[in-house]
Amino acid sequence: MERMKSKLVGCVWKYGDDVNTDVIFPGKYTYSISDPKEMAQHALEDLDPDFVKNVRPGDIIVAGRNFGCGSSREQAVVCLKEAGVGAIVAKSFARIYFRNCINQGLPIAQCDAADSVEAGEELTIDFAAGEVTTPRAEHPFPPLSPEVMDILAAGGLIPYVQKKLEGDDKREREADSA
Amino acid sequence: MAFTFAQKVLARKADLSHVVPGQIVTVRPDKLLTHDNTAAIARKFARIGVQHLADPAISVVVLDHVVPAANETTARNHKEIRAFVRQQGITAFYDVGEGICHQVLPEKGHAWPGALIVGSDSHTTTHGAFGAFSVGIGRTEAAAVMATGEIWLRVPQSLRIVINGSLPPSLSAKDVILHIIGDLGADGADYRSVEFSGETVRDMSIASRMVLCNMAAEMGAKNGVVLPDGKTRRWLQDRVHLPYVEVHPDADGAYERVIQYDVTALAPQVARPHRVDNVVGVTEVVGTRIDQALIGTCTNGRLEDLQVAAEILRGRHIAPGVRLLVLPASREVLLGALQSGVIADLVSAGATVLNPGCGPCLGAHQGCMAPGEVTISTANRNFKGRMGCKEAEIYLASPATAAASALAGAIADPREA
Repeated sequence: MERMKSKLVGCVWKYGDDVNTDVIFPGKYTYSISDPKEMAQHALEDLDPDFVKNVRPGDIIVAGRNFGCGSSREQAVVCLKEAGVGAIVAKSFARIYFRNCINQGLPIAQCDAADSVEAGEELTIDFAAGEVTTPRAEHPFPPLSPEVMDILAAGGLIPYVQKKLEGDDKREREADSA
Repeated sequence: MAFTFAQKVLARKADLSHVVPGQIVTVRPDKLLTHDNTAAIARKFARIGVQHLADPAISVVVLDHVVPAANETTARNHKEIRAFVRQQGITAFYDVGEGICHQVLPEKGHAWPGALIVGSDSHTTTHGAFGAFSVGIGRTEAAAVMATGEIWLRVPQSLRIVINGSLPPSLSAKDVILHIIGDLGADGADYRSVEFSGETVRDMSIASRMVLCNMAAEMGAKNGVVLPDGKTRRWLQDRVHLPYVEVHPDADGAYERVIQYDVTALAPQVARPHRVDNVVGVTEVVGTRIDQALIGTCTNGRLEDLQVAAEILRGRHIAPGVRLLVLPASREVLLGALQSGVIADLVSAGATVLNPGCGPCLGAHQGCMAPGEVTISTANRNFKGRMGCKEAEIYLASPATAAASALAGAIADPREA
């Protein structure tokens, strides 16, 4: 999995409040589609049918409050990531969606950028500085905790756990041989 | 120092003297719940590169989402899960027909006061009704729990929701929680721990308390909890065989907000399409034509729910052109409904009784909708496309309102049924 970049620039897709997981990835596909590439073909299907046709790698989703509310289905993160979305900036995230983004290595920023950017415009996220820049304003966002940044920096939870378990094994071997 | 329920459970599980909201803790869950998504989780577990579960005794696997299998794809999924469960030595496995995971988990003794339960389903909040700290997680982190036995959690801020007053006739816990969600909004409790208390909650059955905690997820809560009392202990008596220590918050714990409700004059509540917080009193939508009524799901598929419906439908017949689907939440509920004559009442009234499971709630099978159709449902979500069709509409209500509406062929006030 690709390591996280500290600065992202992308073109904006803009949505409102309470974008739920059923419109991001409909429940009827949850047990019929398991290939991430196929999931991507249905991303945002019930909210914005143009999204899949026109999304380009590195595009950024900007939204209002409570993005990703509803189901715990991780496909609602995977389908956007596979469709090429580089990051999501929202006023707030539903908690399981927030965790799923971190665990899939999809960068997120929580701020009010939706107030100062329109669809199709360019936006910059500087993770080191904790700031989103739109054509009209700068929006600081709270830094993610070090524990969460470690998972994102590793490229997601699976590579993070792999590394951690390798570390545990190594320490055990060293302890055994000591 | 004084602490909330969330702080007390998480401090104990993290082996710390105390924790503060915002702090990240690494904890070892007592139970990990997974369902039809277990095969996908098992594949992620395999990618981590570990051969065996860190602790097979914490895993509870329930097949419920698409049961019995609807087609070859879902049949293969179930087959893969059965093989994984055998190979990993998971004993708490409940196959097709046992029921919905959020009903089966407590029935089989896997929820208890003070337990830390994580589940790869957003409605894992349900088990707070037994005094557990119970939270939904994603698939990848469920795989990580399988591999390591651990998970990180952020200690949440806490809200206390105090509900007082006796519920008017024909109303139930569903009306109460829909009213609260309508008031607080779909993100009104985002990332918060919600403690339900007050005399109305004390008077509620365990089944009704499960409705409150189940739907806490629909206002964004991390968990919902009703503190254990004599009813909880009696319910758990023949189900949980290990000693447990109840966790109760301190009276002066640091709550972000304390919100009071009085339900004495509450009317039956309905959530209109396509948002759970789009809530109105039933009188505002009375007469809305329906094609289908659904009584069941992890929110309202318990015996008391089916009994309420049977009382309204007994000796009568649903309106022509309406389908009434009834899904008992578990085998235990179905047996109770058979033995008490509830199933006979419902079937005589024209209901189609389906096997215990999630049914059409997530739009995969057993009663999906066509464009232009309207369902009144006792489920917890009415999002666009939820029941398989984005040009259909879902209204959420109590079992009494759904049953009264099935009789009328249109949304009806259960106080007049």
